[in-house]
Amino acid sequence: MADYLDEMDGLADETDPTVGDLEIQNYTINFGPQHPAAHGVLRLVMELDGEIVERLDPHVGLLHRGTEKLIEHKTYLQALPYFDRLDYCSPLAMEHSYVLAIEKLLDLEVPLRGQYLRVLFAELTRICNHMLNIGAHVMDVGAMTPNIWVFEIREQCLEFFERASGARMHSAWFRPGGVHQDVPLKLLTDMADWLDEFPTLFEDAMSLVTGNRIFKQRNVDIAIVSKEDAVRWGFSGPMIRGSGIAWDLRKSQPYDVYDRMEFDVPVGTRGDCYDRFMVRVEEVRQSARIMRQCLNEMPDGPVASTDRKVVPPKRAEMKQSMEALIHHFKLYTEGFHVPAGEVYVATESPKGEFGVYLVSDGSNKPYRCKIRPTAFSHLQAMDFMSKGHMLADATAILGAMDIVFGECDR
Amino acid sequence: MANGAPIISSNEGVAAALAKSLGAAVLDTVEAYDEISFTVDRKKLPAVMDRLRDKHEYQQLVEIAGVDYPERPERFEICYHLLSLTKNHRIRVKVTTDEDTPVPTVTHIWEVAGWLEREVFDLYGVLFDGNADLRRILTDYGFQGHPFRKDFPLTGYVEMRYSEEAKRVVYEPVKLAQDFRSFDFMSPWEGADYILPGDEKSGDGDDKGAKK
Repeated sequence: MADYLDEMDGLADETDPTVGDLEIQNYTINFGPQHPAAHGVLRLVMELDGEIVERLDPHVGLLHRGTEKLIEHKTYLQALPYFDRLDYCSPLAMEHSYVLAIEKLLDLEVPLRGQYLRVLFAELTRICNHMLNIGAHVMDVGAMTPNIWVFEIREQCLEFFERASGARMHSAWFRPGGVHQDVPLKLLTDMADWLDEFPTLFEDAMSLVTGNRIFKQRNVDIAIVSKEDAVRWGFSGPMIRGSGIAWDLRKSQPYDVYDRMEFDVPVGTRGDCYDRFMVRVEEVRQSARIMRQCLNEMPDGPVASTDRKVVPPKRAEMKQSMEALIHHFKLYTEGFHVPAGEVYVATESPKGEFGVYLVSDGSNKPYRCKIRPTAFSHLQAMDFMSKGHMLADATAILGAMDIVFGECDR
Repeated sequence: MANGAPIISSNEGVAAALAKSLGAAVLDTVEAYDEISFTVDRKKLPAVMDRLRDKHEYQQLVEIAGVDYPERPERFEICYHLLSLTKNHRIRVKVTTDEDTPVPTVTHIWEVAGWLEREVFDLYGVLFDGNADLRRILTDYGFQGHPFRKDFPLTGYVEMRYSEEAKRVVYEPVKLAQDFRSFDFMSPWEGADYILPGDEKSGDGDDKGAKK
């Protein structure tokens, strides 16, 4: 007891092992799986030297639901809603790859209005997704207000989804052959009004962030990725563009009516977190530009293919026509058969290249549906991107990657 | 092309040129749905990939997909999807293997292959020779089996729950309150391989019941 009292009085310190030049070993900590900055269920095993990240091992798969296996047991149409639940922040972009893959196997033509509606809503999805990511990223590095502002915009996007499909998030609105239902004219005019309104709020929010000293200190020169690294690690989307490679599947491999759209592909100059963030900010403006073009040029006409062997008839038609009723029954029980073969279709989802490798054996169910997630290659690069950075930078790096675990873990 | 699928550079002559360049390593070339796939010799895979990346500008490995065909002697097909950013073109390279034969790794060519190979290993049990970090990735810690094989049941073998008594998560064999329902919606008029009740005597010579 006397020792202890001496120690408290500062008379003795031999019991304190931390005094003196002792060698401190690296220690390992768990980041997540339940951590607000982990953007879902990510477990990072970090080896730290003081506050410097030495090694980082991401453990994914905590949200693995076996989507691809489930899809093998569903008809092509029944499998569609699983795609909404992959990247639940940009559901329509996920469906886009899948329906295009089916259409490629069937060689099915989508009417022009259907293609325009898809592009319109794919771009709305991109805005919606970037609102979440931009907000989450700035909040990860300490800013609160912009997040709340851009969430208002996200909310407005979700209202448009609701008006088009009835669901705010899991729309299941893109269907093989087109889209499920036409949208009312009022929705399109409201969207045009909104496209004039929302940039004000968006630019206000961004004016708080993009030039902000603290935000720049947390992001500029953090996790620089060279062009060569970006290619070797299989980067895509804003991650590869942030590194300065002007690679956008909407431009280079246009699908639907993207070849008619005029838009710019923003690229970064340094390949750091700030560049990746700014690429997304600019993409929002370009998406709004594409949406305006869609609204201006959208023709009238059917929104889905009239091939009754793939696209079910409308309810009103079924009241009159026996044929329509039979087709409806067959399509919602047996489904349609897809010719045997295999295709890989990739689209530019808001997070990068989202691909679907669909193998058909000629039956009504996919033999194999491999989903190429964007997050897999990006998260794998987390180790070398974080090396030598501070622990607190890990959240900024993760925020700039834009990872959603529904899609990563499938 | 009528459908709206992504438009890439023309395939014109690409398959023949690549097959010639890769030589004897290519076992089969298929061009269907505007996509080119090569089946290559498993042992020569790293050499083929090296050549495709360095000589033919397929810089990115986008995806490795496993597919299971249980009826084949080498049941697994490993499909490597390559993308050329400069030529704006995609190709697919396939190798086949079975449960025991390892596939040479490509992690020394593309770092990104590390996780992609881990995923195929986890879900199909395909071994990759030379991958230094071949752990499970998507399934649970301590998971048994390879869930995406066609002979693995959709419901799995174990289920987990939090046990209030044990104060921890416990694993138990799967107990379904209702039998797993798998309906056969295939049209009986098109390629069904069973005989409908009452059709035994239909007498078109194909089915066994008619030979009485």
